[in-house]
Amino acid sequence: MTQTHPFVEIRHAQKSYGKLEVLKDISLTVERGQIVAIIGPSGSGKSTLLRAINDLDPLTAGEVWLDGLQVNKALPHRQYENHINEMRQQIGMVFQHFNLFPHLTVRENVTMAPKLLKTISDKEADTLAEEQLDHVGMLERIDYYPSQLSGGQKQRVAIARALAMKPKLMLFDEATSALDPELVEEVNLVMKKLAEEHMTMIIVTHEMDFAASVCDRVIFMDKGLVVEEGPPELVFKNPTQERTQNFLRKHLEGAK
Amino acid sequence: MGLDFSVIPPFYGTLALGVLWTIAITATSAVLSFFGGILLAVVALYGPLVVRLPFRFVSWLFMGTPLLLQLFLIYFGLAQIGVDLPAFVAGVIGLGFHYAVYNSELIQTAMVAVDKGQMEAARTLGLSRRQALMRVVVPQAVRDVLPPIGNNMIALLKDSALVSVIGVSELTLSAQLAIGRTYRPFEFYAAAAVLYYVINLGMEAVLRGFEKRNRLSR
Ligand SMILES: Nc1ncnc2c1ncn2[C@@H]1O[C@H](COP(=O)(O)OP(=O)(O)OP(=O)(O)O)[C@@H](O)[C@H]1O
Ligand SMILES: [Mg+2]
Repeated sequence: MTQTHPFVEIRHAQKSYGKLEVLKDISLTVERGQIVAIIGPSGSGKSTLLRAINDLDPLTAGEVWLDGLQVNKALPHRQYENHINEMRQQIGMVFQHFNLFPHLTVRENVTMAPKLLKTISDKEADTLAEEQLDHVGMLERIDYYPSQLSGGQKQRVAIARALAMKPKLMLFDEATSALDPELVEEVNLVMKKLAEEHMTMIIVTHEMDFAASVCDRVIFMDKGLVVEEGPPELVFKNPTQERTQNFLRKHLEGAK
Repeated sequence: MGLDFSVIPPFYGTLALGVLWTIAITATSAVLSFFGGILLAVVALYGPLVVRLPFRFVSWLFMGTPLLLQLFLIYFGLAQIGVDLPAFVAGVIGLGFHYAVYNSELIQTAMVAVDKGQMEAARTLGLSRRQALMRVVVPQAVRDVLPPIGNNMIALLKDSALVSVIGVSELTLSAQLAIGRTYRPFEFYAAAAVLYYVINLGMEAVLRGFEKRNRLSR
């Protein structure tokens, strides 16, 4: 019998820092191959939610499930460490500030985790790195150090590094926010390519045009709550909630 | 009595042997102090409390007391209670641990300063905390303090003269042997000084090589 659980499921996620409630009972699901954008004002909890998915910021309450397995399962410490390391191998994450390893070459950045965590030979790891770097258009820079790359190039390498673990799900936290405007497009193109390949992705972004063009669904968050969600043409063109309308209006003005 | 440097050539062999022992004890202690420094730093920052506290205490002991005294304690003191270490080994332990503590202080500061995003990125890929520390945080911290660690290594070379007092026939003791036979302290101490200086230059060249290799990776 096949179970019909969603591919990614967040159930009643809550997160507090002391008295500050950052996430207030958030539930959402993402189907395999879906691309979901999370938008919302600064401080609304977007990063916190994204980082809860791979348990980088553990939830105060609630569950995260990926492909039938609970990510934040209650286990004794030792067992939990093993469990979460395995889960994280299936969840790629891309950060605003790239977080490439500066002491390693591009090649080593991409091969380090597969070599350490998967049973593959050095040669296979090299092939894997070449494939992934080719995918993001960074093959020529394979022997460079991160300090020798532009921001857009760094972010593309960071994406290749995440993809080399063959994740089931990719998380992006404002992957282009730290980039000079002229470098945004090259990263967006890589993300679009992943979308065409049906990678399941959750994308926190301030770029509404990009969200509208690649995402199946948009989630608007405010003050730790999901205020509105739906297909981009609805959320962007005909938002039903006043808070969404205000946010989009302000954002449009800001962009001008 | 005037100076006469022609007394030196007959002792070339003695001095050369001294140079070799000085290089041997410095290199061995330097390697011990480097890896020991990393280990001490990781334990001091991330070890369980029951390990951290005794480590702190031993660190304080090595930093707060004279190296000469530590060498006496390790060589003569331990012998008294039945731990009979060869002089070379006692010297390496004393010098190595003494400088490991200093290196550890440097590495700890640098580890704390490594961007938190580095640990996060490593953990996100599925690395364990230990793997993330050893593959990502520690290499960057060490890279950042390579120049001051290099200075410690130079200081270690100079302090290696102290092991002459426990009978390691390194350069200083070799000079003293020659002086014992010839009663020519100026010539032989001057010769030893020149030789220390030459070893020092060689060491600095090696350290610069390491630093150059590191320049791109930041
Ligand atoms: N470690 C922390 N300790 C205390 N408060 C925190 C911590 N991390 C985040 N917060 C708070 O949680 C709230 C949500 O933060 P979060 O980073 O998730 O917002 P965001 O929606 O990603 O905002 P932005 O668009 O600016 O990135 C903010 O009020 C923030 O100050
Ligand atoms: Mg954020």
